[in-house]
Amino acid sequence: MDILKTESINKYFYDPEKFQVLKSIDLTVKKGEFMSLVGKSGCGKSTLMYVLSTMDTDYEGNLEIAGEKLTGKTQNELAAFRNAHIGFVFQFHYLLPEFSVLQNVMIPALKLNRFSRAEIEARAMEKLKILGIAEHARKQSSKLSGGQQQRVAIARALINDPDIIMGDEPTGNLDSYNTQLVFDIFKELTHHYQQTIIAVTHDDEFARKSDHRVEMSDGRIVKD
Amino acid sequence: MTTYDFRLSVEIARVHLFSKPKQTIVAMLGVTFGIGMFIALVSLMTGLNDFTEDITMTSSPDIHIYQEETAMRPSILEAVNPRALNYVHHQKPKNETQKIRNARQIAKLINADPRVTGSSPQVSSQVFYNYGPVQLNGTILGVDILDEDKLFDLRSKMRKGRIEELLSNHNGLIMGKGLAKKLNIDLGNRVVVTTPQGNTLTLKVVGIFQMGIGVIDNVRSYANIATVQAILQEDQSFITDINVKLKDRQLAKKTAAEWQSKFTYKAEDWETANSTFLTGVIIRNIITYAVSFTLLIVAGFGIYNILNMTIYNKMKDIAILKAMGFAGSDVKNIFMVQSLVIGLVGSVAGLVIGYTLSLLISKAPFDGGDIISLDHFPVNFDPKYYVIGVVFGVTTTAVAGYMPSRKASKIDPIEILRGQ
Repeated sequence: MDILKTESINKYFYDPEKFQVLKSIDLTVKKGEFMSLVGKSGCGKSTLMYVLSTMDTDYEGNLEIAGEKLTGKTQNELAAFRNAHIGFVFQFHYLLPEFSVLQNVMIPALKLNRFSRAEIEARAMEKLKILGIAEHARKQSSKLSGGQQQRVAIARALINDPDIIMGDEPTGNLDSYNTQLVFDIFKELTHHYQQTIIAVTHDDEFARKSDHRVEMSDGRIVKD
Repeated sequence: MTTYDFRLSVEIARVHLFSKPKQTIVAMLGVTFGIGMFIALVSLMTGLNDFTEDITMTSSPDIHIYQEETAMRPSILEAVNPRALNYVHHQKPKNETQKIRNARQIAKLINADPRVTGSSPQVSSQVFYNYGPVQLNGTILGVDILDEDKLFDLRSKMRKGRIEELLSNHNGLIMGKGLAKKLNIDLGNRVVVTTPQGNTLTLKVVGIFQMGIGVIDNVRSYANIATVQAILQEDQSFITDINVKLKDRQLAKKTAAEWQSKFTYKAEDWETANSTFLTGVIIRNIITYAVSFTLLIVAGFGIYNILNMTIYNKMKDIAILKAMGFAGSDVKNIFMVQSLVIGLVGSVAGLVIGYTLSLLISKAPFDGGDIISLDHFPVNFDPKYYVIGVVFGVTTTAVAGYMPSRKASKIDPIEILRGQ
């Protein structure tokens, strides 16, 4: 089953001069697939990921996630869609420093408002357990180590059982031990929980071990 | 946007406020200081205004009817050359009598008017008060003392003696406190009164009153109408002024104009007569509001700055919230709620500070000197100004918070998330 599909996506940058970053990208991602997006810096892989993430709406072509056409929707509709269907892991953890680990994980679920607060808390604890950081749940998020914080960020990305997790260099800021840890978590999520993951990376080893490696160059997909 | 989303925004705002208590308190103090000073200033200024208005009102009639001296009058030339441009240089005032003709009938008509509480026909004249070697300029009012009491509550203003003494004592005189002090006169002393025409009469001081305002207490004294008519060597129908008190003071201007055309004598309402006082009131109000407004604007800029800084520091948080599905309006609410809480709590604290300051000011001794009799600052505790204070404070903070909050809602998450 295809969870994400694009049809000939083109995108231009206008500053300082008109420049085509993405050239007719056709991409399909299957459910439960661990896809990595690689390429030299400046090849447009991050740009593509932000288009796929629905945060960037300035493109030509069609984007469909979980059978829903997303091209042409308003910012608020897209925000609500992201809340329910997409989880994010970035190079930096972007946890809210004033909130506890548990609260950070709960926030997207509180926004979604599908479960009661008690249920949300139980689900957040469950996700933290999967990632092996349940014992830190009540701590201030800023008190954790870098690897732990990134795992909290992954738990936060998982809280609403999203159709896709999108990662922009999710291991870019981690040492080799934690990189391995995060990779193993991703692997387990895809194989064990049928979680779809799209990760932009320049870590060749990381990409090689993923299920589906897509290489980009000069705004085109060169190897699928 | 649902109330649920709003509650979530409030929750996040609450965590933000409590996680940086020092910054929150500094922002609140700005508002507190502004509102506190506003309350203290307004209380003192309106207290002063009310006080001056009060004593002016108790000492001046709502409407005063008298014969106006006409400086310019049509010259005989106008009759001779009606179509010409006539001009008479240095025209001298005509020798007019101050008398109001048919004063008793006019008073009767006025008393019959349903808008009127009471009227007091009287005779007034410039006089010299002689006591020993001292000679002082002043005015004497010949009144029916009971009518005058009805208008100005003279009984409560008596410092020595009783007003009834005047009824039983034909040549009695009730003197202003300041005047008595200058002449060094006490009850029972006799004072010689001289009119501009040179007539003299010796009167006995039977009472001393104090209105509380220098321009009256230092020059005026009351005697019986017949006594003053006698000094002026005029007959019993000689009346120079009619003072009127109305049921509703605000009708004075309209009523005065009506009577002026009806009786053909000058009818002056209290607003015109006390225009200098009222101008003072207006100027004090302008100053009060200008200063308070400035204070609040400064507080507003403080909040604007702090919120702007907060938002700058929270760019990453805002970006991730938006990535995770928070709408622009949710983000805006998070920061609007913060500024409104700062505004509301700051304003309420300001009211407490303002009330305390007002209380301290009202206890501070203040010597009004000869001009007005005052030993403490008059302070107004009208709750109206406290409501205005809160509304002002919250509005300013809402405006100051709106601009940065809107900026936060417009932040493009991609720029921040992929920047590194």
